[in-house]
Amino acid sequence: MTSWTIIQFLIYLAVLLLCVKPLGSYMAGVYEGRLSRLGKLFHPLEKLIYRLGGIKADLEMNWKQYATAMLMFHVAGFVVLYLIQRFQGMLPLNPAQLGAVTPDCSFNTAISFITNTNWQGYGGETTMSYFTQMSGLTVQNFVSAASGMAILVALIRGFARKQANSIGNFWVDLTRSTVYILLPLSIVLTLGLVSQGVVQTMKPYVSVALLQPVTMDQPKLDDQGHPVKDTDDQPVMEQVTIKEQTLAVGPAASQIAIKELGTNGGGYFNVNSAHPFENATPLCNFLEMLSILLIPAALCYTFGKMVGDTRQGWALLITMVVVFVAAWVGCQMAEQNTHPQLASLGVDTAVGNMEGKEARFGVANSTIWATATTCASNGSVNSMHDSYTPLGGLIPMLLMQLGEVIFGGVGSGLYGLLVFVLITVFIAGLMVGRTPEYLGKKVEAFEMKMSSLAVLAPALAVLVGTAIAVMTTQINASICNPLPHGFSQALYAFSSASNNNGSAFAGFGANNPTMNLLLGLVMLLGRFWVKIPVIALAGALASKKYVPTTDGTLPTHTPLFIGLLISMVLIVGALIFIPALALGPIAEHMEVFAG
Amino acid sequence: MTSQAKTRPLFDPPLVKQAVIDSLRKLDPRHQIRNPVMFTVLVGAVMTLLLFVQAVAGQGEAPAGFILAISLWLWFTVIFANFAEAMAEGRGKAQADTLRKSRQSTFAKVLVDQKYVPGKTKRPSGVVADGQVEPYISDDLKKEMIVLVESGEIIPLDGEVIEGVASVDESAITGESAPVIRESGGDRSAVTGGTRVLSDWIIIRITANPGETFLDRMISLVEGAKRQKTPNEIALNILLAVMTIVFLIVTATLLPYSLFTVTTLGRGSVVTLTVLAALFVCLAPTTIGGLLSAIGIAGMDRMIQANVIAMSGRAVEAAGDVDVLLLDKTGTITLGNRQATEFIPAPGVRQEELADAAQLSSLADETPEGRSIVALAKTKYGLRGREIHDRNPQFIPFSAQTRMSGVDLDHLQIRKGAMDTIERFVISHRGHLPAEVRDHVFHIAKQGGTPLVVARNEKVLGTIFLKDIVKGGIRERFAQLRNMGIKTVMITGDNPLTAASIAAEAGVDDFLAEATPEAKLKLIRQHQEGGRLVAMCGDGTNDAPALAQADVAVAMNTGTQAAKEAGNMVDLDSNPTKLIEVVEIGKQLLMTRGSLTTFSIANDVSKYFAIIPAAFVGTYPALSNLNIMGLTTPQSAILSAVIFNAVVIIFLIPLALRGVHYRPAKAQNLLVRNLLVYGLGGLIAPFIGIKLIDMLLAALHLV
Repeated sequence: MTSWTIIQFLIYLAVLLLCVKPLGSYMAGVYEGRLSRLGKLFHPLEKLIYRLGGIKADLEMNWKQYATAMLMFHVAGFVVLYLIQRFQGMLPLNPAQLGAVTPDCSFNTAISFITNTNWQGYGGETTMSYFTQMSGLTVQNFVSAASGMAILVALIRGFARKQANSIGNFWVDLTRSTVYILLPLSIVLTLGLVSQGVVQTMKPYVSVALLQPVTMDQPKLDDQGHPVKDTDDQPVMEQVTIKEQTLAVGPAASQIAIKELGTNGGGYFNVNSAHPFENATPLCNFLEMLSILLIPAALCYTFGKMVGDTRQGWALLITMVVVFVAAWVGCQMAEQNTHPQLASLGVDTAVGNMEGKEARFGVANSTIWATATTCASNGSVNSMHDSYTPLGGLIPMLLMQLGEVIFGGVGSGLYGLLVFVLITVFIAGLMVGRTPEYLGKKVEAFEMKMSSLAVLAPALAVLVGTAIAVMTTQINASICNPLPHGFSQALYAFSSASNNNGSAFAGFGANNPTMNLLLGLVMLLGRFWVKIPVIALAGALASKKYVPTTDGTLPTHTPLFIGLLISMVLIVGALIFIPALALGPIAEHMEVFAG
Repeated sequence: MTSQAKTRPLFDPPLVKQAVIDSLRKLDPRHQIRNPVMFTVLVGAVMTLLLFVQAVAGQGEAPAGFILAISLWLWFTVIFANFAEAMAEGRGKAQADTLRKSRQSTFAKVLVDQKYVPGKTKRPSGVVADGQVEPYISDDLKKEMIVLVESGEIIPLDGEVIEGVASVDESAITGESAPVIRESGGDRSAVTGGTRVLSDWIIIRITANPGETFLDRMISLVEGAKRQKTPNEIALNILLAVMTIVFLIVTATLLPYSLFTVTTLGRGSVVTLTVLAALFVCLAPTTIGGLLSAIGIAGMDRMIQANVIAMSGRAVEAAGDVDVLLLDKTGTITLGNRQATEFIPAPGVRQEELADAAQLSSLADETPEGRSIVALAKTKYGLRGREIHDRNPQFIPFSAQTRMSGVDLDHLQIRKGAMDTIERFVISHRGHLPAEVRDHVFHIAKQGGTPLVVARNEKVLGTIFLKDIVKGGIRERFAQLRNMGIKTVMITGDNPLTAASIAAEAGVDDFLAEATPEAKLKLIRQHQEGGRLVAMCGDGTNDAPALAQADVAVAMNTGTQAAKEAGNMVDLDSNPTKLIEVVEIGKQLLMTRGSLTTFSIANDVSKYFAIIPAAFVGTYPALSNLNIMGLTTPQSAILSAVIFNAVVIIFLIPLALRGVHYRPAKAQNLLVRNLLVYGLGGLIAPFIGIKLIDMLLAALHLV
């Protein structure tokens, strides 16, 4: 690893950490109803939303009401998004004249965007109209993120409140997350991106003449579009010369801003942030990478502030940072060192494994992005993870399989980590001879039930989903590489969908009815089977008495506890996924290095 | 532990024999279903046995011998877990059998006159022919009946003495052979069924129906017959059940993965069900799952060995969580009695003169305070108890009217007593109380002592310093408790000044002076509202409301029925210091669970290194690089892991029954220690164990 690589990473980390406190305390203010000067600017919008929605802002909800409101909201979001795609052809703002999206793809995409997964079985510029992108996908980019933040805030209230039977109001938390946090940040980031050359236009796609016409062979097609076969049943080839290309454009920058900030990750264009119109310059790349982890990191401080002990928030942030740094070092070393078979092809391995990476970003900026995007359940990419070395690809996959708790999605990452904290506290607390407690709240049977459910659901969705996928006949069409890499592709797809990440080993052909349906279902499971237990946890914790801390209480902000939490996250992840990984990336790595 | 003599050896041969039989009986699926972890192991054992039968029939997925070996060890895993539980239960059962012997039906003398009023009617005689009593079998007695028990007879059921005084042998319950006095009224009126009256007679009112007595409850508690899972055990069970489900799915999904890989690649063979069953059992938390109920039962058992009967496992668990201990001053913090420690003479009086007078005034004083004055004079000034009979002594005992005691020798009147009464005494002899003595008195009171002023006729000689003696070592004990995060509060009837000084000397965190039952109750409520768990002990009827309110309430066995009903534990030794031991046993119980859970999870890492390469090496030969332990063959690797997994349960039984080593310390230090031993140990131990078993298997040519 060169010193320049390390410096780039350290600059990235330093800037990220510098933003944590200011943004974190601003967000705590938003949720506690204290308006800053910036807040006052957006206040009328909040009021307007309440008036239009008939929302009584001071009405407190218990956990069941909160969960119901959340579910109703997402069911409605699903229906609207599904219909927009199905009727795309009849709707305005469709200069490329794209027709209706197929039913299975619409189903998958609607789920994908309401669950903050943003798995994309389709190519954006060839499938979705401007209208669909803006009124369908971008709207969900905002509200699916805001919904995750709302539930985190409800859980924080669970810790902070004493013997209360309510955990806040879902509509208010949703609105405030959107209006005061996501919207202002997106506006700022959009302007930054546009200044760097990211496109933002309502004009139709542009045709331009190629500087260098391309001549190539392609199968000759008959009138019906079937390839013409010769007498030996081989396709007849014809030579074509291509002189111009169509450049897809559109209102991209605004969607990209929220795609990164809201840990959505759904690209405007098919190749996501590897596309120059989506990620134009090194500064642009830096801003986008920063935005991926910005809110998840700052929420740790918000948490500490709202529970009245910022040390607790920092402890969680340190946990995340330690795993993130270790993962990046692993990924970077694997990509930099490449593997013997690449060298045997006569490729210059000094620059590392450049397959699937943009030359303008190089290995370091690709691995930082890959690690960040899979740590957070973002899923946007600026390089193709499918082309990473076996271990380089294992790390992003494992980061997702850990349950997206290292930064994770906005809100969802931290509530996921808090679930792990409860499990860690439970086992560690027993070891000091007391009924375990966290932040003065006793961890008892109900909390263990809900925590276990929340950890269980995504893991099972990955394993069972992959099992069903490899047993279907469709699988051979979906994977495009021999085993064990082909198996890794399927495992990656389900890890990504279940944990609401959305990135892919791009060789995996997912846009077919079987995979659309299966992946859609695991996305639903992975999102809501975590969210609902977490809301229940919030309710149960809020109703508990506060237990004062003594010397007999296990402190949860010490290096020891951080180490324990990290081990718990890693061991649970490793124990569940090592057998599957052994048949994928581990076998691949062993074979590649065995020669 | 107070009664080491009663502690039986861990692997007592008759107990082991019974436990072996019970562990086979417990294979009943209806019993196993209560423990989801072990139930799944049982299913695995049955499944592999069927696979073995299939293999013998010639259709086997693997060599029959290998399948049989795996199956046998899975059976052993279940049996070992059963054995651990049976051992824990066996110890309780043995205790219960001893108790049951004293619960035989007896003959009881029921008063014919059931409206008998103590004192008003003539005491009935115990002769049946007189018609004053009629014979009953104790099983036919009912609550509220009035019964006469005479010397040599067994008290038929729990009751309350309404008349008479008797010495009672309670060794059947307490194990303490010295008889105790039971009398009507006051705090010593409760008698327990099954105990024996040694001398005199008592008339009791029965307070429990047959089958509901203290002894009956004790037997069922000790036996664990009515054992219910405690809250924390339920929470842990949920976690373990979920882990079991996770590992079930992890291993089950390996079948399609392997099938897909093998068919696509066309090499190697699909992983067998036997290997998957082995992998699952190795990963599932069988170590803690198998020992969990044994740990709970053993916790109760340790209480019993400390001579404390916990009314529920919940109470034992709560003891570990206690934040505040309310301790009675007398008997817990201080020795029961005050002792003289110093003679402070009045101006112009020699110390010896004062000591002499003090000793003379106390010669006939049989109270502990009086004896301590005589002893102090003897040790400090060499004054021996002299022959004073020729001086015609007239001893004046302490009375509530005069509030002093002393002696008249010839024309000398020596008196000792509180300052105000002595002042009146000397004034009546035309003397006066010197101002210096007054200062001494206040000074002593401020130091937590009791001042006694001594006077001879009109002359005040000086002051005796009577001091509450704080028990040796109690200060260190409180420091340990503070270290554990437990606050100690001293309860005393003394005035605040005295209380404060004793509190400071004993090193308690806080005190409640001039305590009334209402004040105690209020203090408990206050702490509980702040979210703290409060433990206390008590024996009197007036303690009952506070005992009922406290989270952990230890009633003294010598106490009243009301106190015993209100508490959730009974200390048979009636030793108030036991409260501290109770807290430690509670903590130890939780720590044992946590440590073994950590150990169980940490174990899994090594098992992956044993089984994963073994299972897939046929498909991907390069995976043999993961066989870092260098295990001989894939089959020996899998078998070694399974054997280790089963044997470790046996090895950990002593730990489960005795509990992990407990030393009072801050939470952080306890965690570090237990993590190193059970976390790191759990990570490393199986690597060594599996390798050794593999070497043994290879050496014996078993694989």
